[in-house]
Order: sequence, then structure tokens, then C-alpha cells
Amino acid sequence: MGHERVAVVGIGQTKHQATRGDVSVAGLLREAAQRALADAHMTWTDIDAVVIGKAPDFFEGVMMPELFLADALGCTGKPMFRVHTAGSVGGSTAIVASQLVAAGIHERVLTVAFEKQSESEAMWALSLPMPFTPPLHAGAGGYFAPHIRSYIRRSKSPDHIGILVALKDRQNGLKNPYAHLHEPEISFDSIKDSMMLWDPIRYAETCPSSDGACALVLGSEKVADDAAAEGRQPAWIQGTAMRSEPTLSAERDTVLPLGGALCAADVYKQAGITNPRKDVDCVEMYVPFSWFEPMWLENLGFAEPGEGWKMTEDGATALDGDLPVNMSGGVLCTNPIGASGMLRFGETAMQVRGTAGDHQVDGVRKAVGHAYGGGSQFFAMWVVGSEKP
Amino acid sequence: MRDIAIISFAQTPARRSVPELNEVEMLMPAIHGALEQVDMTIDDIGFTCSGSTDYLAGTAFSFVSTLDGVGPWPPIQESHVEMDGAWALYEAWVKLQLGELDTALVYAYAKSSPGDLPMVLTRQLDPITVAPLWPDSVSLAALQARSMLDSGKATEADFAEVAARSRKSALDNPNAQLAWDRPAADLLDADYHVAPLRKSDCAPITDGAACVILAAGDIARSKIERPAWIRGIDHRVEPIHLGLRDLTVSESTRIAGEKAGVSGGAVDVAELHAPFSHQELILREALGLGDDTDINPSGGALAANPMMTAGLIRIGELATRISNGSANRGVAHATSGPCLQQNLVAVLEGEA
Amino acid sequence: MPDITLPESLRDVEAVRSVRTPAQLDYQVVAGDATTRFLRNITKKRIVGQRAPGGRVYVPPRGADPELGQATPIEVEVAQVGTVTSFCVVNLQFYGSGMEIPYTSALILLDGADLSIMHLIQEIPADQVRIGMRVEAVWRDDADIEPTLESIKWFRPTGEPDDVNVRIPGEKRGTGLGSWPGGVPPTELVVRNPRTGLGGTAADGGED
Repeated sequence: MGHERVAVVGIGQTKHQATRGDVSVAGLLREAAQRALADAHMTWTDIDAVVIGKAPDFFEGVMMPELFLADALGCTGKPMFRVHTAGSVGGSTAIVASQLVAAGIHERVLTVAFEKQSESEAMWALSLPMPFTPPLHAGAGGYFAPHIRSYIRRSKSPDHIGILVALKDRQNGLKNPYAHLHEPEISFDSIKDSMMLWDPIRYAETCPSSDGACALVLGSEKVADDAAAEGRQPAWIQGTAMRSEPTLSAERDTVLPLGGALCAADVYKQAGITNPRKDVDCVEMYVPFSWFEPMWLENLGFAEPGEGWKMTEDGATALDGDLPVNMSGGVLCTNPIGASGMLRFGETAMQVRGTAGDHQVDGVRKAVGHAYGGGSQFFAMWVVGSEKP
Repeated sequence: MRDIAIISFAQTPARRSVPELNEVEMLMPAIHGALEQVDMTIDDIGFTCSGSTDYLAGTAFSFVSTLDGVGPWPPIQESHVEMDGAWALYEAWVKLQLGELDTALVYAYAKSSPGDLPMVLTRQLDPITVAPLWPDSVSLAALQARSMLDSGKATEADFAEVAARSRKSALDNPNAQLAWDRPAADLLDADYHVAPLRKSDCAPITDGAACVILAAGDIARSKIERPAWIRGIDHRVEPIHLGLRDLTVSESTRIAGEKAGVSGGAVDVAELHAPFSHQELILREALGLGDDTDINPSGGALAANPMMTAGLIRIGELATRISNGSANRGVAHATSGPCLQQNLVAVLEGEA
Repeated sequence: MPDITLPESLRDVEAVRSVRTPAQLDYQVVAGDATTRFLRNITKKRIVGQRAPGGRVYVPPRGADPELGQATPIEVEVAQVGTVTSFCVVNLQFYGSGMEIPYTSALILLDGADLSIMHLIQEIPADQVRIGMRVEAVWRDDADIEPTLESIKWFRPTGEPDDVNVRIPGEKRGTGLGSWPGGVPPTELVVRNPRTGLGGTAADGGED
């Protein structure tokens, strides 16, 4: 036994939008799953097990929805598994699925992550009036905005960095046909002039709320070799890592969480990355509010402490920069919460396979996918590459 | 596969309601108990995994604050499943198979008391065609029980035998919620609860928590004299729609049992997660268990049924019996979803 | 896999696009031990944090010391005065909060507590709120005091000079625990392990 090689051999996602009123929850998942299966040249019967991920069940108003989705996802008589690690879930779901192959238990695993926020009220789901609990006063943005202010203060970053991130990601999103937000008219000024919701976070620096799903087919070395022999480049998983830390801890750094840095160090070590800025060709990171790009650049070791914003300002993270970040448009363009992490992981696999279309970066050999959740406390990362680990 | 064993198990005493504690307060004694029994701390644990669901207590992200109970600082390697803790154990077992980590802590908990459990569970059903009708979990189980009677596979007296034996066994289980000694025949005198099920055929509603520690190879041997080795573990699911299944059999349990290797040796003890008495009969048949197997010596789910936890408890109860030498090889089972929709089977054995 | 096609008989039938299925579930939520003790003190207009032996002072306590994973039986009254460690200005009306916008939601480190609580800042224009500003609790009228943190209406400036050296959790010399100075990743050892007492080389618990 031990650690078998695993590769992504199929990727599928839905068209993401505010309301996918044309499909049921099952239909949404099948749209992504069937695209992933088609991409992998497989059918439902080829799949050994299915791993499903999503964020809180209150989003759709169905308790443990994987149970009613089992037959729609071809699981009858097969193992089906449900992961929930808050916002990082799309990433951790892919990791759990990959481990089923890595451990030699299965050859072909389908993993699907989704959120259909239009089915209920997301704000409601996250703000059930819980007795005895201090009120948040202003939703998720109100939670994260003070941490962003701390970052700006300690890094002495100029105010316009968040706007630059939002502009870049929204422009990248224009190249991604699946992205939720397509705003061709977006400009630095339109972002700057958008409403300051939770100062320092503007409306146009905030992720949307989307319906969407993402699916990956993960294969064993043999499955991936067969795909490669037919000319379909596998995205080899070179490392996976997860870390968790408490929401509240006296020492915890909510701006640059230790768990995020440990997760990155772990996954880089597995993938043989010694100099992240040099060794990594592109990154998809979880940026629901624009300022998280410079924060994560520092947390994941791409920039010195306090210097992440300079990479953004210098254009290093642009599609044509030396470390493109969020080529797909990222969470700022598309945010079906449970799927958002898997979309990051899936985009890295597309980049490695050379199938990212208009948002393809040339010659990607190693790409990093990142997701986080909770109060910046749950982290999931992977590295995929064109070469076997 | 790599040799992985259960080396410690702790659970909280099952109670209908634990009103004086919140979830993490209820959970902590189980985690601390499991760690202390093998003289470990969270620093000795490679991977942590938990099972719970938001719907029971009505709180989104309830698992986020219960993670505080392990003391995840410095940051830890951790994951969570919105499933019974038995599946969290499965994820931990897979993680240890990779060979990079040697120990895992698995916990599960649920407070069913804040809500109306049979009504809460209706939210699992198809949201368009079934859930709007609010068919409660006891009524769905009663449909299954009726199928058993109509097929001639069992009688109400058979149900009562299971109910009486389980509660009598529970007299030896200090953590049980329901334990008594009454002849099966007397149970049939009671009125139906939801025909053909009587109250005695149904599991109690329970608040509770449990924790299991896994270790690989020599680490397990160094911690306890007789680790309970996981010889096989597998899980399978079926469609949720009752009309798509023969409710008198559990095909998913049968497949999982076959994959886990149940028939590969004598089964001294089986801990089956059957929240309704007739379901034990279905599971016994699906797993091919004969009269020489001691079924649910803990009293099973009929003695205590903390949601998301009762399946993990089955594994822990079996491991305890193997580790104390009262059994050598056994089967543990966990279920989820209406009428045994999803099932996990583990085979544990004492000898290395 | 062939496409699924609609049966002939359904071709001219207007599709059902959606159904509304309202659901209501009632829950009786309990506070638990730690929160009950905390809120009982709130009704006496006292802010009493809790800690485990060897642990930190948590306000409000949630039942477990998240560093030690232990219950928090030790009660420690903290001050009703503290320092703003960060904040945001909210310009959006949130589900019935009834607040006049803009308003300020801040992280406030009460004197004697080990980590910040989130609460409102009032009685000062939003654009004058600062990190390091000293603030004090403003309680509701005595008749309206209930076992809820909302019995503190908000915090307001005390008028004291700013605490420019306020300890901001996790922040050390502006670099943060989870950063890579010199390209070197941090390890678990940068924080003190609360069980073994080891580590903490970069801890910002007041050592420097």
C-alpha cells in the first residue's frame, strides 16, 4: 500500500449565474458531472465512488442533500461520501476524493461540489438569529473587513490595491465563458466609485452569490496513462494539504493565519517547490474580497511580509505577469460557495492540461490551487503538474 | 492495506436531552476520555476528522465551534463530514492508508433535543416531491416494517424479540438511555406508535457524543495490549426514493459487507445500527449473520441513538469488546438516510 | 450516454419551473454552561471572561478554550474599557439591524481579556474611529438589561489618548505569524504550544 499516483483526467463545470432557474439541484450537479465524464471519456458506470462537497445545508434547505442526490449522481450500489469544511469545502472535497485513489481503494472517482444559493436565502442561512451569540452586525463582509483594514495598516499598502485586484479578476472573468459576472464595461473608476459597503470593502470588490457546480474525475496512474496515450494530458496531483485552526485564539493571526502558511509549506514540500514565486507557474486562490489577493500572496509564500500588494501593483499577478493569479476570474467573478474551492482546484488542472481556453497561461507545468473557509481558519491546497510526481 | 486499529473509544452517557451544556461542552468529555485512556494529547494525533450535521441543532457551521474542543492550536490536519462519525472514521482510515500519518482522532456528536427530530429528518427527503409532505422518519420506517410483515419475512413478535433483547442487553451498558428486562410477548400488549411499530420498536431520541482513536501498526501495539484491527471497511448507498428499493432487504449493506470481508471468518459479535427493531432483521440477513453471532450486546441504537454518532458508537463498542478479549472478530455497521439508505460495514479483529 | 428526451405526451405541456415549499422548524436552543455564566454576569452589568487552567481569558466564552480544548471554569472579570484593534464602517442596512448608516463595527480588546470582541462604536463620527482608540461600554437602561451581549448598546470613546502599542492578536512587528520572512515558511514552533509550553519564538503575547 502507500501513496499511489493520482491525476485529474476530467473537468466539468456549469455556467454559473445568480439563479439557475432552468435546472434543479440534481440537474445542476449532473450538468457539471456529465461534462467532467465526457472530458474524461467515461460514463457513469466507469465511476467507482462519488465524493460530494457543499457548504451549509441551509443554503438549499435540504438536510444532507447528497442522500436525495445519490441516484442522480449514479451512486446506486457505490460508495458516496459527503464533505463539509465550510468555505474550503470545494478544495477539501477534491482532496478527500484524491485520497481514495491514492490509497489504492478506487481507480476512478467522481467528485462534485456545488451550491444553489437561489434555492433559499444565503443571507438567511448564514444569519439564523442564534440566541446567546453576539450579533455580527454586518454579515460576512463585516467579519472580514476589519482584518483587511489590519492588513492595509501593517503592510502600508496604498488604498487602490483592492481596486486593481477586482479589475484584474473581473477582466480575467470576461475570458471565462462559465464565469458568473461578465462586466465588459468595468474600469478602475467604476470600481472606485462603487458603494463602500464595509469600509474598506467596496461593492465591486466583493464576490457575487452564484448557483453553480464543479466536477472532477480523478484517476489512478493507469487511468491517467491511458488518457495520456490518447493525447489527453493528465493533471498529476503532486501534493495535497489541509490545515485547521480555531476561530478565536489569542495568538491567532487572522490576517496571515498560521494554518494557511503551514498548509502551503506542506503542499510545496510534497511537490518539490522550494521557491514558490519561481517554481509555480500560476495560482488560483480563494479571493472573495479583493484584498485577500495580497494577503494570500504573503501567506502562501509568494511575497515577503508586507510586500504582497506590490506584486499586484506591478502586474505580476496579471494573466501576462510572472505569477498569474485567478486566471478564471476567481471567486470575485463566480461564487457558488461549496463549489468555489473546487473551481480553484479545477482551474489549476485546466491550466496544466492546456484546456483553459482564452484564460490559458502558456506552458504551465505547476499550478497551485487554494481554498479557505470559516473565519480564515480552514485551508485546503493542492499542486497539480504536467509531470508525474 | 496498512494495518490500522482502533485503540481507544469513549462516549458520553446517552440522555434524551442535555440542556445544561452546549455542543462543544457535551463533546469534550468524549474527546478527553478517548485521549486520556491511551495517554495521548492532540499533539500526538496526525489527523482529526468529525461527523455532525447543522440541521439537528439548527445552527449553520456548528462543527466550527465544536472543533475548539480538541484544542486545534497550533493548527492541525483536520476534516469534517456531514455524515455519521462512522464515515469520518472511514476518511481517517483512508488518510492513514497513505502512510504519512500514524494516528487519527475521530469524533461525532449531536443534540437532537433542540428540534423535533422526526420532522427535522423530513428535510433529508426529495425537496420537490416528498419533503413538502413532511413524512416523518418513524412513519417511513413503519412502511418498511409493513413490507417485512407483508412479505412474510417477519412477524410483529420477531420485532418484539429484537426490542426486548436489545433493552435487556443495555442493562449492562452504563451509557445506555433505555434499558429494561421485559418478556417480548408483553411488548405486543402495547398500542401501536405508528403501526405496525410500537414505541418499543423505535430508538430513543438522544443527545450524545463519541470519540475513537485510530493508530497504525506498532504505534497501536505500543498503546494497548489488544488493538482492534480494521480488517475491512466499506460503505454503499441506494436511491432515497422508497419506491426504487425493495425495503425488505438492504442491498447496500450486503455489498458493503461483502467488500469488507464479513464472511471471511467467524463473527463473534455484531454491532448493528438499527434504529428500528425490524431493521436489525434486515441487516442480519444482508450480512449473513447466524445464530452464533452475539447481536448488539451494547443494546444497539434501540438503547441509545445520538444522531450522527450512533454508527461510530457501534464501531467503538465492537472495538472495546475485541480489546478486552470478550470477542475476537466482529462486524460493526452504521446507517444513514431513511429506511437504511446508506450503510457502512467494518470488520474488526483482535489478533495481529 | 444518450440524451434524455421528453416523452411525446408531455411535449406540449408547460414545464413546471419552480415550486415554493416553505418550511418551518422550531428549535429550543440552550446556551450551555459557559455562556449561561457569562450572560448571568451581563445581567449584573459585569463582563466576566473565562479561562481554563493555564489558558487565556475569553470574552465571550464559547464553552471550550480553543487553544487547550478544555472547559473554561475560571471566571475573570475584565474591564468595561478597551482598545479598538480594528474596525469597518458599514454603509449597508443589514436585515433589521435598525442601525443608522454609516455605523462602525469594531474589534475591541477589553483590558484584561486575551482577544477582541466584535461590537459597535457610536457617539463618534464613523470616519474618526481609529485603531488604538480607547472605548468604553455603554449599557442599556437598567430596566432593559437582559442576558445578551446586546445589553451593551455600543462602545464609545473614553477620551483617553490612543494606545498606539495595543497588542493586535497574531501580529508581531507587522509581519504576522503566517508570513514567510526571507522566503522561509513558518513552523508550528512560531507559536507557543499551550499544552507543552514549547515554541512561541515569534509569539506576540507581550514578550516583546
